[in-house]
Amino acid sequence: MKIALCVKQVPDTSDIKWTENNTLQREGVESILNPYDVYAAETALRLKKTYGGEITVFTMGPSQASNMLRDILALGVDNGVLITDKKFAGADTYATGKTISAAIKKVMPDFDIILCGQFAIDGDTAQTGPCIASLLNIPQVTYVKTIDEIKGNIINVTKQLDDGVEIIKVHTPALFCILKSEFEPSRALINGIIKAQNIQIKTVTLEDLGLSTDEVGIKGSPTYVSKAFRPEFKHLKEKHNCVETGTGAEIILNKIKEIGVYK
Amino acid sequence: MTGGILIYAEVTKQSFVHTVFFELANKAHELSLKLNNAPVMAVLFTKPEMLTEYKEGFTYSGIDKFFVFEDEKFENYNTETYANLIVNLVKEVEPEIFLIGATNQGRDLAPRISSKLGTGLTADCIELDINEKGLLAATRPTFGGQLMATILCKTKPQMATVRPKVFKPAIDIIKKDTEFIYKQVNPEDFINNVQLIKFIKEYENNLNELDSAEIIIAGGKGMKGEEGFKLLKELADILGGTVGASRGAVDLGYAPHNIQIGQTGKTVTPKLYIACAISGAIQHTVGITASDYIICINNDPNAPIFDISDTGIVGDVFEVLPKLIEILKNSKD
Ligand SMILES: Cc1cc2nc3c(=O)[nH]c(=O)nc-3n(C[C@H](O)[C@H](O)[C@H](O)COP(=O)(O)OP(=O)(O)OC[C@H]3O[C@@H](n4cnc5c(N)ncnc54)[C@H](O)[C@@H]3O)c2cc1C
Ligand SMILES: Nc1ncnc2c1ncn2[C@@H]1O[C@H](COP(=O)(O)O)[C@@H](O)[C@H]1O
Repeated sequence: MKIALCVKQVPDTSDIKWTENNTLQREGVESILNPYDVYAAETALRLKKTYGGEITVFTMGPSQASNMLRDILALGVDNGVLITDKKFAGADTYATGKTISAAIKKVMPDFDIILCGQFAIDGDTAQTGPCIASLLNIPQVTYVKTIDEIKGNIINVTKQLDDGVEIIKVHTPALFCILKSEFEPSRALINGIIKAQNIQIKTVTLEDLGLSTDEVGIKGSPTYVSKAFRPEFKHLKEKHNCVETGTGAEIILNKIKEIGVYK
Repeated sequence: MTGGILIYAEVTKQSFVHTVFFELANKAHELSLKLNNAPVMAVLFTKPEMLTEYKEGFTYSGIDKFFVFEDEKFENYNTETYANLIVNLVKEVEPEIFLIGATNQGRDLAPRISSKLGTGLTADCIELDINEKGLLAATRPTFGGQLMATILCKTKPQMATVRPKVFKPAIDIIKKDTEFIYKQVNPEDFINNVQLIKFIKEYENNLNELDSAEIIIAGGKGMKGEEGFKLLKELADILGGTVGASRGAVDLGYAPHNIQIGQTGKTVTPKLYIACAISGAIQHTVGITASDYIICINNDPNAPIFDISDTGIVGDVFEVLPKLIEILKNSKD
């Protein structure tokens, strides 16, 4: 089983601060591994444990992202690929998908499955996975809760929907977008960390991919941000301290009547 | 033929047209007015004979042209089959804009199509407009809802997925004589790399309850358990509302996942939202700020939920809620 794992480094969105001019303060915001990708990584590790094989983790990002790759290698992942080039900057999901799919084709053309997170917390587009699958012309399953069984080139997976789950049979090669699940993700052990220090992370640049500058980064992105702003909330913010008075119930009842949703 | 706005009419497992279609139709109609009355078109995959059931609703949704793919095998959604057929249709019709609901299905399908077409796609939008240059300006929350971004697209069609429930549905407003165009489907169009073995229903009814509810009583971690959620249910029943939950509560098993509200749950737009023992993390509040009126009950006066509420009660839910239920019950007798 050859597994390509895609992970993304994202700013910690719970730690976002605003400048006085209502723009995002980017300096000093910590970068973390996208929380959903933790589960994609865990899924890969569990598959390797059961079925054997090899995992290669891919990330597209600035050179600092190699630290994050190192952390993942320490979990028992075999190879790391950093897809990095100044010309990749500003890529939207299409350009990102194009670059990552080209890198997988180049480095691991004989993959059986590709695992992605369902979405990344910075953009929350959930598009990159399907985009990679589409460009590689392989099947995809999104909202995957669990990968249940692999028999030859057939994989059974469970997909989570709003009202239930689907049991799905898929032919490999295929791509899966993994949801956050209940299981506790593995932690790196000391020999894993030592082993990871000795793994050579492969760097892939634009030149290696055979794509033109017009196909990647900001130039290769069909979409662009024309405006970014802070959302406005128009709510009244009346606060009633009812701990001592105990009048909370009455206030709510009056409000409900006032706005006319309940008579 | 060129131009116009194409929308995807998703058919649900229960063979209903998803409500987001009617919301998209209404918005598309509004956008079309800013594009010299560009035609509004839709595409649908359906089992034979089902169309007659949908047709009535379609007459009110302002669709000029309806492209229909009909086959027994369209009982179940299939990413590759649908994407390929739509890609061919888009190449033929050349719409300026292509809108898809940001449902599980839509978010699976849309990027598959946009990548094949090499065009841009803006995910999970909450506002759409036409800018001064006649381009689609699609606005979406990013960074967990803390930043809004308006995104433009350099290529055609300009694609976007749109969150359900953010636009009002087209009902009885725009009547048109819809032309139905049946598209040919060939056996080789069906791709079987992915096969549905079975569907296991987990949640009975409240799938759409949150979507249509006028009153939502939502609980968080501070409801302490299933018992606490029973209080919410009791209040919801008296008021004619339904129950929702924060992820804090869902993660601890107080409430099922399908009633989770927020960034990774539902977006809701009730007339009244009562947040009980919910702290108001941004990932939760992005899903509720479009509610008409928000009341919160929280014993921590510094909880961020107060900053987005119309009326905030600093108090203990286990005192306020039973009392409220009691007064409401008494006033009914
Ligand atoms: C990528 C990502 C996506 C997420 N998506 C979502 C999402 O879709 N929806 C969502 O809800 N969250 C989401 N979260 C989680 C979110 O950040 C919060 O952790 C979560 O909303 C907290 O839930 P809570 O308010 O119930 O719990 P808490 O934050 O623990 O708040 C409980 C509140 O209850 C109050 N309280 C306790 N006891 C009482 C009492 N007796 N009376 C009155 N008040 C009381 C406390 O003062 C506190 O304010 C997401 C997080 C991430 C990182
Ligand atoms: N720059 C990237 N490098 C590697 N994988 C990525 C990158 N961007 C997105 N992905 C993958 O695509 C998933 C969805 O991301 P997104 O489309 O940004 O919501 C992530 O969970 C990753 O698995």
